[in-house]
This record gives sequence, structure tokens and C-alpha cells, in this order.
Amino acid sequence: MANPNKAMAEKGIMRWVDERFPATQMVQDHLTKYYAPKNFNFFYLFGVLALLVLINQILTGVWLTMSYNPSGEGAFASVEYIMRDVEYGWLIRYLHSTGASAFFVVIYMHMFRALLYGSYKAPRELVWIFGMTIYLLLMAEAFMGYLLPWGQMSYWGAQVIISLFATIPFIGPDLAQWIRGDFLISGITLNRFFALHVVALPIVILALVVLHIIALHEVGSNNPDGINIKDKKDEAGKPLDGIPFHPYYTVKDLVGIAIFLFVFAVVVFYFPEGGGYFLERPNFEPANPMVTPDHIAPVWYFTPFYAILRAITFDISFLGLKAEFLGVLFMGGAIAVLFVLPWLDRSPVRSMRYKGWMSKTMLAIFALSFVVLGVLGAIPGTPIRTAVAQLCTVLYFAFFLLMPFYSKLEKTKPVPERVTG
Amino acid sequence: MKKQLFALLFALVPFTAMAAPLPPQPFSMTPDISDEASLQRGMQLYTNYCMGCHSLEHQRFSRAATDLGMPQDLVEENLIFSSQLAFNDQMHIGMQPGDSVNWFGVSPPDLTLFNRIKGPDYIYSYLLGFYRDPSQPLGVNNIVLEASAMPNVLEPLQGVQEMVCTETNRPVEGAELDPLTGMYQSCEVLQVTRPGSMEPEEFEEAVYDLTNFLVYVGEPSRLQAQAMAPKVLIFIFIFGIFAYFLKREYWRDVH
Repeated sequence: MANPNKAMAEKGIMRWVDERFPATQMVQDHLTKYYAPKNFNFFYLFGVLALLVLINQILTGVWLTMSYNPSGEGAFASVEYIMRDVEYGWLIRYLHSTGASAFFVVIYMHMFRALLYGSYKAPRELVWIFGMTIYLLLMAEAFMGYLLPWGQMSYWGAQVIISLFATIPFIGPDLAQWIRGDFLISGITLNRFFALHVVALPIVILALVVLHIIALHEVGSNNPDGINIKDKKDEAGKPLDGIPFHPYYTVKDLVGIAIFLFVFAVVVFYFPEGGGYFLERPNFEPANPMVTPDHIAPVWYFTPFYAILRAITFDISFLGLKAEFLGVLFMGGAIAVLFVLPWLDRSPVRSMRYKGWMSKTMLAIFALSFVVLGVLGAIPGTPIRTAVAQLCTVLYFAFFLLMPFYSKLEKTKPVPERVTG
Repeated sequence: MKKQLFALLFALVPFTAMAAPLPPQPFSMTPDISDEASLQRGMQLYTNYCMGCHSLEHQRFSRAATDLGMPQDLVEENLIFSSQLAFNDQMHIGMQPGDSVNWFGVSPPDLTLFNRIKGPDYIYSYLLGFYRDPSQPLGVNNIVLEASAMPNVLEPLQGVQEMVCTETNRPVEGAELDPLTGMYQSCEVLQVTRPGSMEPEEFEEAVYDLTNFLVYVGEPSRLQAQAMAPKVLIFIFIFGIFAYFLKREYWRDVH
């Protein structure tokens, strides 16, 4: 049953289309009559940038697939073939490899924005959960993609991560073997990771991005003041502090996109190795199961969680829990706790602008400990570094687990009626 | 007597890097892959001295010819020595891995991506860092890679280099300053004790060229990237200016 009230074009081809498909209605719902708060700041750019990088990854990924050879024998050489013999193959590959790191940069900024302005709070819990699921799948996507060049770090990084599953009591070793499809990481593992990386995960991620945006547009965007712009509407029912996403935010985002692309292009053209953090040096050596690299570090965007994993150095003997498995539990917990964030925050206000000093301090400590963990996860461990990582792990979890208390206890500032500057 | 006590090390590096025990990469070089002449000389050295054992499995002769500005006939006459190899081929070697393991104990690695693994300073230091050491099977050792299985194939050019005890006026880590002479005593100074066909400075340049060539081989697309980058960046910059004014125009009516 067609919606009798739906927006229709007056005449012409669009009229013909609209009678068969709600094109005009969708454009209005999501662009021209989607009212976004007029006070978005710098932090609100990273959503659209994430979409841009996603499109970059898909397009460059499709072209890489045309020349890549997913086999233990041919993978490494085919990457060099892309770098040398395929026209602009080097550019396509660097766009993809730099894009992977850029993706996590913009996603981390996007998530930080949510923490800053309470974008996860009611009624946006589902927006947050869809987003967190995207983040989780993106980590899987990046991890599997990193195996494909079949270099030393690809191989041994995958070895380390898959062996984490082997620490699970009882089922661990069998589970790890089931993931690898072999007794050790081999061409079989490479092939299945290729299938998951180029087909399965991208489809799911794209679907979740659609859900993320539909959920967002259902409830409307949050803003730096954390107030609901739909509370104050004009006679026509338009929010007083809202402006149509198109053209206002499309043109504004273009400026941000240009700045982002400039920085991105500088990295792609001049520093594609990212100082050894985007493309690690040992990964220019073909995978060799007989030789372990001196220092195995995951790519930078995983290092905070890797540091948490390594920070757990003690057993809990009375529960029969070994340090290795506890580390995995803490690492998993560090990600899992983000999912329940909307129910941990019991503050009456959303934005950090109106929260009390405890929330502000805790967020600052959390951000700092996340960065410190990221640095520690990238460098070899020493007793002092492990102690620092343990402290940062405690602070990381304290931010979340103490939130129900400090967010409720503290005195908040009065929230304005209308958005400010 | 010619400057027999010439300490090659001193001529080449910032002296703080010269230490006892020797640091792994005491010499440094700044590659310049826009220097075609250097890259051409480097490729000539590579095909003459290195390619007996070290392949460049991903590098084509033809690609190097194009990038380094060398005509096909010159490359075919002067740089391709095997009848098995053609201009468009990758720079394969004839030596079988089984043979090389028998001869040297290890198979010489392919060097296409060696610079991307180790960096230019490593290659440069390694090639300058051979010295006579009778305790080694091949009579030479290396300051970068202890007990390296590789013979010093450039010795005819460099001459015989030895590690000697000598005095130097430059600070040496771990060595004590003699307050009377103002000199440091060190037993880890490399010096050429019998000249080769090249003067030390000349040899240093040759090794620079060879290292430079391996830097190029590691990433031939760097040349294209450097040529393309300014155009792309200018385009994005101008696009950004237009976007900014467009935004300003639209946002005029938002209060």
C-alpha cells in the first residue's frame, strides 16, 4: 500500500519514478528535510569522513582484488605485482593501506565525540550499539585484511591473535584450529580470510552503516549542547535550531572533506609507510613460518587493547584462570563494556559542557590512558611499562565502571533552552 | 707512504655514531632517487658485482631502463649478461638455492625489498663495513652483521680493509681520552691497509650509488608518486577554497 501523503515530484521523469519508488520522499527524509542542529562543531565531521573512507576502501579494494592472488604461494608476489606492474597499482594499494589507518583515526574521533556530548544516551542507544558493532566488525575486517599481503608481520600478527582464542579453557585449541582451518596459519587461512575480508564482512558492515544512519535519522542528531532541538519548533513544525542537512551540512562537510583529503593525500604520496606504523618494515619480507620476527606488534589501532592483554600478568588460581586467558577476557571486556555505555551514564544531562567536574576529569583520564596504552602496546614490554599498562587498564575500566556513581553524584550545570554558538 | 692510516669511518659519519663497540649502522646516507646518473651507476655496480648471487625478483630491466633514462640497446648490451634473460624480464639469477646453501651456508636473499625491510643506512653501512678477519670461513667479517656469510665482493674496488688499533682525535664511545695528546685510543677503527682500484672517497660514492639503486628498486613508484603529488595537492587545495566560499555563501542565512 503506497503512502498517500508521500512527497512526489510535480512532473517529468521523477514523477514517474516517485509513483514506483519513494525517491523524492527519501531525499527529503534524509537530506533536504532532515533537520540537523545548526551548532555542529569540528567533532561532527568524522561521521561523514568515515563514510568517505568506507567508500574509498570499497572502491580501491575492488580494484586490488582484480590483481591480487589469494594463495600462500602467490599472495606476496602479487602485491609487488600490483605495486610495480599494474597501472597506478601503487596508488590504489596505498590508498587502501592508508585508508585502513585513516578509518580508525576518524572512527576514534567519531567515538570520542559521542563520549564528549553524550550522543549514546537515550534515545540514541541503538545508534550507539549499531556503531559499536560496526567498530567491532571493522577490527575484524582490518585484522583479516592485514593477513593478505602475506608478509612476516601479517603472518605472525595473525598467529598471535588467533592463538588468543586458544587460551579459552576446554574449547580453545580446537576453536583456534577451526578458525585457521589448519594446524598452523597457512594458505587455507589466507583464503578464508580473503573471502571474509572482501565479501562477508563488507556486506555486513554496509548493512550496519545503513541501520546506523536510519536509527540516527529516526531520533535526530545530537549536538554539542546535548539538548533536543525537536522540543522547540516553529508553526510549520520545523525545529527552530535545525537546518536542512542539505544544502547546509553538505557544503560545510565539503570543506572538511577537502582538508581531510589534503592530509590523506600527503600521507599516501609521501609517507605511505606511516613511519613504520601503517606498513610495518618486517611486512616487506614474505611470510616465513620458520622465522619469528624480533618484535611482533599489532598495527597501531589495535595497540591499546594489545597493551591491556599484556598488562594481565597474574593468574587467579582459585578460579582456575590463567593469566593468558584473563588477558583475553580483559581485552574483550574493554570492548564489550563500550556496548553498555548508554546504561552506565546516569547523568541528567548529555553534553560534557553541562556535566560536573568528575565526568570531565574521568573522560580526560580515560582518553589519556587510552593513548598511553596505545603507545605501550606498540613497543616491547619492560617491568615498568607493564606496571604503567596495568595502571592505565585500571583507569580505562574505572571510567566505565564508576560512571553510574560519579555521573549521578556530581552537580550538573543548567542546560540552556536553545542551542548555543 | 700514502695515508695508510686513513680511517674510512671518520671520513663518512657524524662521529658521535662511531662507537666502541660499534653500533650496528655507523654510516648514514640520504638517498636521492631523482639522481639518474647515480642510479645508473648503482645499477651497473649491481649487475656486475651483486647479481651473481642476489636476484631482484620483482624488478624488471625494462622498468629500470624507463625510470632511469637508459635506452633499451644500452641496457641489453651492458647490463643483461645472461642469455636466459630478456629486456622485459625481472632480474632473476641463475644460481640455484641448493648450490648457494652448499657454498655459503645460506641462500643469498632477494634484494628487491631489502631497503624497505632494513633501510638505506643498513645497506650503506654493511657495504662499507667489511674487514679482514682470519677467524671467519671466508676471511672477512662485517661490522653490521657479525659473521656474515657474504664475501667482500667489492674488495677489488675498496682495497683491503682491516680493523685496527689506532689513535683518533674524535670521541669514541667507551674509549678514554688521553689528556696529554687529546686523542682517543680505539681498537675498532676500520682502515684501508692496501689500496684497491678506487680511492676511498670514490669507493664511498660507488657504495652510495649502489645503495641509492636499491632504494629505488624497493619502491620504483616513488618517482611517480613524487611527480604526481603536487598536482593532486594543488587540486585538493583549490577545491577546498571553492568549498569554503560555497559554504560561506550558504551559511550567510543561518543565525
